[in-house]
Amino acid sequence: MTRQMTGAKMVVQALKDQGVDVVFGYPGGAVLPIYDEIFQQEGIRHVLVRHEQGAVHAAEGYARSTGRPGVVLVTSGPGATNAVTGLTDALMDSIPLVVLTGQVPTFMIGTDAFQEADTVGITRPCTKHNWLVSDTKNLADTMHQAFHVATSGRPGPVLVDIPKDVQFASGDYVTPSKARTHHYQPQVKGDIEGITDLVAAIEKARRPIFYTGGGVINSGPEASRLLRELVAATGIPVTSTLMGLGAYPASGSNWLGMLGMHGLYEANMAMHDCDLMINIGARFDDRITGRLDAFSPGSTKAHIDIDPSSINKVIKTDIPIVGDIGNVLKDVLEVWKARGGKTNREAIAKWWTKIEDWRRVDCLKFKQAGPVIRPQYALSRLEALTKGHDRYICTEVGQHQMWAAQYMGFEDPNRWMTSGGLGTMGYGFPASIGVQMAHPDALVINVAGEASWLMNMQEMGTAVQYRLPVKQFILNNERLGMVRQWQELLHGERYSSSWSEALPDFVKLAEAFGAKGILCEDPADLDDAIMEMLDHDGPVIFDCLVEKHENCFPMIPSGEPHNKMLLGEASTKDAIKEGGAVLV
Amino acid sequence: MSALKIKKGASKHSAYNLRPQFSDVQETHTLALIVDNEPGVLARVIGLFSGRGYNIDSLTVAEVDHTGHTSRITIVTTGTPQVIVQIKAQLGRIVPVHEVHDLTVEGPNVQRELALLKVEGTGDKRVEALRLADIFRANAVDSTLDSFVFQITGTPEKVDAFADLMRPLGLSDMARTGVAALSRGT
Repeated sequence: MTRQMTGAKMVVQALKDQGVDVVFGYPGGAVLPIYDEIFQQEGIRHVLVRHEQGAVHAAEGYARSTGRPGVVLVTSGPGATNAVTGLTDALMDSIPLVVLTGQVPTFMIGTDAFQEADTVGITRPCTKHNWLVSDTKNLADTMHQAFHVATSGRPGPVLVDIPKDVQFASGDYVTPSKARTHHYQPQVKGDIEGITDLVAAIEKARRPIFYTGGGVINSGPEASRLLRELVAATGIPVTSTLMGLGAYPASGSNWLGMLGMHGLYEANMAMHDCDLMINIGARFDDRITGRLDAFSPGSTKAHIDIDPSSINKVIKTDIPIVGDIGNVLKDVLEVWKARGGKTNREAIAKWWTKIEDWRRVDCLKFKQAGPVIRPQYALSRLEALTKGHDRYICTEVGQHQMWAAQYMGFEDPNRWMTSGGLGTMGYGFPASIGVQMAHPDALVINVAGEASWLMNMQEMGTAVQYRLPVKQFILNNERLGMVRQWQELLHGERYSSSWSEALPDFVKLAEAFGAKGILCEDPADLDDAIMEMLDHDGPVIFDCLVEKHENCFPMIPSGEPHNKMLLGEASTKDAIKEGGAVLV
Repeated sequence: MSALKIKKGASKHSAYNLRPQFSDVQETHTLALIVDNEPGVLARVIGLFSGRGYNIDSLTVAEVDHTGHTSRITIVTTGTPQVIVQIKAQLGRIVPVHEVHDLTVEGPNVQRELALLKVEGTGDKRVEALRLADIFRANAVDSTLDSFVFQITGTPEKVDAFADLMRPLGLSDMARTGVAALSRGT
């Protein structure tokens, strides 16, 4: 049975049929018919953001914390161009999004009409796929395809550009089950030969390590469960990228902490010295590998990834397995058990002794002394005081992000929202709004730097309007801390434009928006201030004044391998050499 | 802290380029793609090559299945073996791309290109141009008293060789289609 309806109604119907409950968006001329339909229905909540970039990041937060695609609705022209940063962010971090943009009517396309932009052209390189719907009869089908593409294989953002006349015209609605099953069906089942090779390598390995990434989270909770089972069964140490935190619990006995440029000493040393590296859903990003020709020189490398283009992209892989992480891990466990569940226990025990030596370096140690709050202390206290809560942590980008990854522990997947690949300042606050929309009763904290936070501070309006009790925990050093750190290490301490001279009074700012502001500058007051933040039922801006010149350690200087980490201030002199200076 | 002293050309030696594990021999491969004939599909393919810094030596595209609305894109590209594999994987990721074939590794194949060459001249040069065209089995498809347009088909190498010979004889203009290729046999 087919049903006739307008394009605008089709959009809303398709969203409902796809199980969408929240849309983040901002109206404008070219999407008014869709907004009119949203007005006349119940079931889908629309969250009015204050900037389209905020809408996309909010949808990312929603998607990352639920595993379901985030949906965005914005207008043509500037609405679409403002969404570009969020789309690129979601593409880099493999976040499933469906972004709907209005477009000028088909008969005006190409005439430089008011608020016209070549949206599919502009977003082609920053979406997984996009469509311009030129006829209402294709609209419902395209909507369902969009959800299919966004969530199948390696997830990512897709965009559907809908001209205004297509929204007004009528056509037959197609249900998801009747939509053309697209030929896009990525491989999810891993090749058994590769899996057997991997199991054989695990049986022999003397110094194995699991290096896990965001792919484990994207694969769903079952993948995290299987990872935990495999780690427990084999006794192999596990480290993770920034994007993969929570897949293996921070309290787990085999947890080495995050690896990479600001990763833990024991994790990076183990990566460098291992003889079998098992990459599960990570992509050998340059923040992870450091210097490529000295990256884990003695190891056999296995790589499980759903995206064939991730394999052998930068690091040559000995055992490639293309497939969905959950699927592959299930097979790995089965094969490993069927072959007798063997590992080289003696050698692995020795390997752990070595790891314990590295652990004793205690690379995250710090001392809170004096009258100024150190950022590490602030996050340690935040961690201690919120640990028992049903908690979701977002971050902005910079030093605070790395400290949050180092000093906060994640016990479960989908609890950690951060901009990894693109490194988008301004991500965290709108993301926290998206997370809170999905989890209204949970504690949602955005760990921020004051500079990042100001990039999307307009979303305070959204938080207050929708009574979203998001906690904005701002480590305020009045600096662009990471930029300042690099200028110190690399540019002769010439702090070019990395200092904010005119910061707002964050308490007054919160009050101006109708929210609560808390200022904390004394270490002795910190615990009480954090408790005050947690006890307040509403959005809070927490202005935590911290040490202004703190650097983020450990650090692998650019252009250096994993075993050349800097552990503190004393080791930074001339740490970055000429070759490394050109890197980012 | 020492001031930043980056030698000229230092960026050539950035760690991102240190890839000793991979061979740096350049290979030329002919790829055939079957794609949905929909707006923007060519832009996606070309954008992939420009965005990721791959080379396109030649590219041709036309709809080959009018009922299924699929087109065949033939791309000749050059890169190290690792880059070629990466190109194929990246192409395979594009949603409207149904199939990616590397004709160079899939076995013997035929490659043909069509070119039109305008040769201007009189007297001996004109006679010589016509004689060489005959040797290359190029046809004169337009003729005036002081010019020819030759049509030649063959491998890119054959077209190159013919163009080189025509240059001293008054080659003034040339149009090439790029390579179309199919694997041999069944």
